[in-house]
Amino acid sequence: MSRAILLGMLVLGIVASALLVVRDRHQHRQEFIALTKLEKARDELNIEFGRLQLEQATWAESHRVDQVARTRLGMVFPRTEDIVVLRR
Amino acid sequence: MSVFGRVWSGKPRRDGRDAKRRDTGRAPARPRARSQFNLRGRLMLVCGTLALCSAALLARAFDLQVVDKAFYQQQGAARFLREIPIATSRGMITDRNGEPLAVSSPVESIWGNPKELLKAPQRLPQLADALGMERDELQRRLSQRADKEFVYLKRRINPDEAKRILALEIPGVASQREYRRFYPQGEAMAHVLGFTNIDDRGQEGLELAFDDWLRGTPGAKRVIRDRRGRIVENVDLVRAAQPGRDLAISIDRRIQFLAHRELRNALAETGASSGSAVVLDVATGEVLAMVNLPTFNPNAVGSGPRDAYRNRAVTDLLEPGSTMKPLTVAAGLELGVISADSLFNTNPGWIRNGRYRTNDTHNYGVLDTTGVIRKSSNVGAAMIARRLTNTQFHEFLSRFGYGKSTGSGFPGEAAGAFPPPDRWDGTSKQTMSYGYALSVTPLQIASAYAALGNGGALHQPSFVKGQHGKSRQVLDPKIAGDVLHMMQTVTETGGTATQAAILGYHVAGKTGTSRKASAGGYSRRYIGYFAGLVPVVKPRFAMVVAVNDPTKGSYYGGIVAGPVFRNVMEGALRLMDVPPDDIDTWLAAQAAAEAKRLKGNGLAPATATANATSDAAVTATADPVVSAVVPAAGAVR
Repeated sequence: MSRAILLGMLVLGIVASALLVVRDRHQHRQEFIALTKLEKARDELNIEFGRLQLEQATWAESHRVDQVARTRLGMVFPRTEDIVVLRR
Repeated sequence: MSVFGRVWSGKPRRDGRDAKRRDTGRAPARPRARSQFNLRGRLMLVCGTLALCSAALLARAFDLQVVDKAFYQQQGAARFLREIPIATSRGMITDRNGEPLAVSSPVESIWGNPKELLKAPQRLPQLADALGMERDELQRRLSQRADKEFVYLKRRINPDEAKRILALEIPGVASQREYRRFYPQGEAMAHVLGFTNIDDRGQEGLELAFDDWLRGTPGAKRVIRDRRGRIVENVDLVRAAQPGRDLAISIDRRIQFLAHRELRNALAETGASSGSAVVLDVATGEVLAMVNLPTFNPNAVGSGPRDAYRNRAVTDLLEPGSTMKPLTVAAGLELGVISADSLFNTNPGWIRNGRYRTNDTHNYGVLDTTGVIRKSSNVGAAMIARRLTNTQFHEFLSRFGYGKSTGSGFPGEAAGAFPPPDRWDGTSKQTMSYGYALSVTPLQIASAYAALGNGGALHQPSFVKGQHGKSRQVLDPKIAGDVLHMMQTVTETGGTATQAAILGYHVAGKTGTSRKASAGGYSRRYIGYFAGLVPVVKPRFAMVVAVNDPTKGSYYGGIVAGPVFRNVMEGALRLMDVPPDDIDTWLAAQAAAEAKRLKGNGLAPATATANATSDAAVTATADPVVSAVVPAAGAVR
């Protein structure tokens, strides 16, 4: 009798653990997919950041700023007589 | 089989009658005769056979599962397990203020599998058009590699363009991510940064010098892939990817830009063939700017003459000419053979040097030590050198780094040509005293001058921000200070480089004009130098400008190189907020300008002062270079 119960319990245990394995396996796959997606998103953001940095640096290129300041905004470098020294 | 065969073959013989009756026609079914064969034997036979079969299956299973397990597992893995690389990008190079100078940005490379592509030749014209390639050319390239499985169709293109090509869904076409290096500062910074090759490895300049630092190590992971290349499962991480590290270099983008602009203007004005400029931070030896012309576009390497790729400031050997004289004077002062008040009679403007003569451009008569530097008298320098021995002079100059690589770590850096005294002839020492018969790089001159400005402490020039070793005391601070004050007279009235004077600051400098050596002597071609330090009270910057072979107008160092020094240093002093050390001159100049304006406007002095104060407010806020310009989004790619 007791042997039958033991056997039944073992069988149940095996079935239960098998189901758990299946569930975990599935969960692992799902999470792996999520991880891959996030990693991809991270890479994309990094790439976008690099591209924006590059773009910003291209816009801020000294020669360009110099040209825009002089031609479009009509700025000039102050001449000696335009600079006033203040003593405190 | 033979067992059954025998049983069957026996049957017709025993039932001979049956066969006959079947021939005659229909006969009523008669119960078959009870089998007379051995049932037990047959049962045994079937069981035995089945047992043998299972045994064979078991044996085979054992063979597969146990004996050859490793082999089959490996075969299986080879069919769906893949080790795929994890790409990493190269580190960014920034200037000392964190402005990006070299950035890796992803691009796509389109590749094809010729075997598969050639199976569907009707799609090739479409592919060729998308790639912007000649159809024949594509056909030829694929046929040449018909037995291969990989060929690059187009490398390093914009990801958007790659997406468009992939959208055609031509079988056998795929893309692969690669990184490309972009240099937003373009040619102004080209020589210092260098460039990388198509595989993102440093080839020149700092990209090469710090390749190991900048380059990441690509990682690898093992995955299970299905037939279409999609990843089903991550099995394990073989190696984590190690992204490249960023590098902050010592260059200041703004000073670099100023130096590049001014040097370019100077070359255009003087018709010179090439030029270099180096700015060092006196206190640390860090290189703040280093420009050379002609230059190249680092974003399109391979174009332009090969000559333009050289970082002349560290690779080219030039005779330093008169920029040598402050060192000659310092040597004389240190060894006690002259003092600041020594007098030199340079009459009649030349002095013997073996079979040759050392000439001055004019006869300067009697000069004191300061006068030798101010007037740049070759004869004076020769007279100082005559009081030194060859060994003393050689040892002194070696201490300043002449004849040795500066140790900056820049690839291809030249050590200069400065032979030891045992290879000197009778005229060498005197010739060297005014900068001939030895060759140095512009960086070496800048480094030696920085030592003069740093109280005689020589720093190894460095290209990395914040990375500098201990300095080496090569000269007594008192002597360094004295020489500095002598050099200050060069940019003041009566000196050789009044063009290099900066309002509000004392400038210590030295001009140089060296005739270029050519086969069999010196030609009528020149290099114009200006090397200087600013401000004299606690110098911040050391700058050397070399203008090679000016062809228009004057070739004197003060005239061709002096203005470059002034314009760049003026900007650098303002950018770095260096307080003026010569306010009196500034106030005097201002008063003069004020007087002029008053005269022009005819205004009463009281209103003029009020005007001046409001002007000050305007100039303080309007800073033309630093003003913000907001570009429209998305215009540059």
